[in-house]
Amino acid sequence: MTIQFKSITELRAMLDTKSISASELTQESLQLAQKYKELNCFVTMNEELGAKNANSIDLENKTTSMLSGIPLAQKDLFCTEGLRTTCSSKILSNFIPPYTATAVKKLEDAGSITIGKTNMDEFAMGSSNETSFFGNVHNPWKKGYVPGGSSGGSASAVSAGIVPAATGTDTGGSIRQPAAHCGITGLKPTYGRVSRWGMIAFASSLDQAGPLARTAEDCAILLNEMSGHDSKDTTSLNSSVPDFLENINQPLDGLKIGIIKEFNLSDLDPEVQARFEDSKKTYEKLGAHFVDVSLPNISASVPTYYSIAPAECSSNLSRFDGVRFGYRAEDTDDLNDLYIKSRSEGFGDEVKRRVLIGTYALSAGYYDAYYKKAQQVRRLIKNDFDHAFQSVDVLMTPTSPNTAFKFGSKGAQNPVELYLEDLFTISSNLAGLPAISIPHGQVNSLPVGLQLIGNFLREDQLLNASHIFQQNSDFHLAQPNLEDF
Amino acid sequence: MSWETVIGLETHVQLSTKTKLFSRASTAFGASPNTNVNLIDCGLPGVLPSVNKEAFYKAIRFGMAVNAQINQTSIFDRKNYFYADLPKGYQITQMDLPIVLGGSIDIQLEESVKTINITRAHLEEDAGKSIHDEYDGFSAIDLNRAGTPLLEIVSEPEISNAKEAVAYMKAMHQLVTYLDVSDGNMAQGSLRCDANVSIRKKGVKELGTRTEIKNINSFKFIEKAINFEIKRQIKILEDGEKVTQETRLYDSSKDETRPMRSKEFANDYRYFPEPDLLPVIISDQEIQKIRDEFPELPKEKEARYQRELGLSEYDSQIISSSKSMADFFDASVEKTKNYPLLSNWLIGEISAYLNKEQIEIHESKLTADKVAMLINRIDDQTISGKIGKSIFEEMCLSGCTPDEIIESQGLKQISDDGAIEEIIMTVINENPSQVEAYLGGKDKLFGFFVGQVMKLTEGKANPKAVNSILKEKLK
Repeated sequence: MTIQFKSITELRAMLDTKSISASELTQESLQLAQKYKELNCFVTMNEELGAKNANSIDLENKTTSMLSGIPLAQKDLFCTEGLRTTCSSKILSNFIPPYTATAVKKLEDAGSITIGKTNMDEFAMGSSNETSFFGNVHNPWKKGYVPGGSSGGSASAVSAGIVPAATGTDTGGSIRQPAAHCGITGLKPTYGRVSRWGMIAFASSLDQAGPLARTAEDCAILLNEMSGHDSKDTTSLNSSVPDFLENINQPLDGLKIGIIKEFNLSDLDPEVQARFEDSKKTYEKLGAHFVDVSLPNISASVPTYYSIAPAECSSNLSRFDGVRFGYRAEDTDDLNDLYIKSRSEGFGDEVKRRVLIGTYALSAGYYDAYYKKAQQVRRLIKNDFDHAFQSVDVLMTPTSPNTAFKFGSKGAQNPVELYLEDLFTISSNLAGLPAISIPHGQVNSLPVGLQLIGNFLREDQLLNASHIFQQNSDFHLAQPNLEDF
Repeated sequence: MSWETVIGLETHVQLSTKTKLFSRASTAFGASPNTNVNLIDCGLPGVLPSVNKEAFYKAIRFGMAVNAQINQTSIFDRKNYFYADLPKGYQITQMDLPIVLGGSIDIQLEESVKTINITRAHLEEDAGKSIHDEYDGFSAIDLNRAGTPLLEIVSEPEISNAKEAVAYMKAMHQLVTYLDVSDGNMAQGSLRCDANVSIRKKGVKELGTRTEIKNINSFKFIEKAINFEIKRQIKILEDGEKVTQETRLYDSSKDETRPMRSKEFANDYRYFPEPDLLPVIISDQEIQKIRDEFPELPKEKEARYQRELGLSEYDSQIISSSKSMADFFDASVEKTKNYPLLSNWLIGEISAYLNKEQIEIHESKLTADKVAMLINRIDDQTISGKIGKSIFEEMCLSGCTPDEIIESQGLKQISDDGAIEEIIMTVINENPSQVEAYLGGKDKLFGFFVGQVMKLTEGKANPKAVNSILKEKLK
């Protein structure tokens, strides 16, 4: 009996009935990773420590949590003590952190087994996983197609059934868009719900960690463990964490779902539109009703985001200077030369592009026109959401305007083309709101995602609405054909 | 032509918190390199700062003492620049909303008191230290100091000469030590300043072009650096040339200022609000608590010494001028009743010793207990004041208590009348001709007999008793 494509809930049952041990499960998961090596989901495997941890779970012989003995993959942007953490960048290709990120530590404390670190866009900058120093990740649904990004390795590994779930981070859509492209479920929690301690920062005010899994239910299981205040991250929220699993089965009668007028869906591929209309009908059958809402400033999301995120990144990435850790260029003349060479050789093009954009946006004379203006628009966008949530419970959009695309087909000439991939996902990062992507069918044999955006701290509503949808559809059960890998 | 100098000072005060501004690493001075450093201080990927509220309390205490506005909501900003001892590539500081706004400080000039206004005071983290001369072909980095909390106090350009600048720094030193905001140790860099100096023609309103002299860390150097700079700028102006706005360094070995290499200073710091920290909000309760626990300041101490302990105005002023001296006095007062004698000793013997050794009292072997004991032994006539001085010297050297020294060296004063009478009789019997002369009217010889008695007792005879018994015997 294979464990491939099994959900956490299914694996839990197997472990609890002793039809498999944690060690066997971990081994099988590692073997699947090896078997589908060509997908290039993983940057670093954790065979030894993973096996050891699984063995101690078996020896303990008692189930303390839903995640006990469950293999997981961690995006390679979470620091893991003793396990190389690269952010898929040359500049961190030799970095072994002395500590573990809070989100990962909480999952491991709950008994889950980290089997490896997943590939990603370099420093989470990208929407196709094509900026990784460690090469492209394939979409399990079609060889040579991108899995989305930046959590592309995590999405691909879950989609291919190697692990039932993985961690990701989402700064402008980096959990939801790859989840959509790979046909799985991905949740970006409310900003501050999950501690950022140990998450290598891209844009501090937008970054948020969350789960990618086969089902909304499994996302709830991960979120239960990942959430909570952390004294080491003062921007983490000091609010109580509900049991996300408990209320997942509430009926959707009377649920008010908003459709954002400003997103002109008629511009989209007719097939993408058709899937969206189908899902609307499904929700209507389940008792929800739809309301058109206006978010007048939401069309400014992409330019706003691409001012703020690069500005913060330009500062956050200053510490990668070749002095204390990471890649250091050889044969440098002086300190300045050491900086220039280490950073020029250590960073990839997209990272350099964003550092330069951000440096420009923050520089004297441009700060007011770009960074400050963007922060003001960000506030307006947030106000729009606040206003919308006075009349609706959740908002619904496609996750991405497109399905997965061919390697190299987008953004090579004009990076902005790729930035527009984030059109539907970016605004919830700017507003700090939770949002989820669930699979809702296919277009040309590639998965399409449906996004639900929730009000502040209302992940419970998103998980509930997603779970009920999944109870009444089978899109999330579709499996890619992996013959080519 | 007559010129006028305008000086503004930026004072960096290292706050005496136990841990750093954004991490729980120790701030202790003098530890081996890179030992007071944790994940946050070395700027590892993924780490986040969290604020040490104690630094805010100290900053607020300073703000209250100078009657400033306290911003109960203040935010941190990032100041971006690359340097090897700046681990994150940015310094966390306060730009737009500093904790302290406005206020003023009085400085003591020779004849008068002048009020200097303060623009603002903000919290920021210190950088680490680059060491360029210890390893051949390499520079070394010590991050012990990285993240240490600093309060940067910016004065208005209201200081008119080097002497006033020194007086300002002395007032600042007195204030921050009194407030227990900083140890004020200039040699260790706990108190240092940057001086902005410009020259203009007398009567002209606009300020001249200024230069900034960085990192001056002694009263002496402040005076010398500013005076050098004033002369230099006047010469430039008198030659009809223009002063270049630049950052300069004072080299004490050559007694000159010279431009810092421009490379050491990026000109665009790209400030923006620190997204890793929420605005810091200080509650009314916290403000009240700081007010309730406010320490006694020099003027209040001075008045109390006069009112409650009966010290003279002069003594009160001198003792309260330095926090360490006043603390020492306050502690000693608990253990002795002869306050005037105590203050005499502090101002006289003890101050002279500290001056000679160039140390602060807490750095010496003297303690309040030991000094009070010395005063008590003089007061209760166990020893004479003169013996007291030699005991004091021994205390400074060995750190022994006065009682231990009196005991081990047998210095206890002879106050027993019988014993003194016996010695006096010996002196009288051995010096018949002097006795005759004295009785014949040579009064001055009285001193000779006292001297002889002291010689035989090695100074231990109670002088009062010697006087009265001698007078009796020589009638």
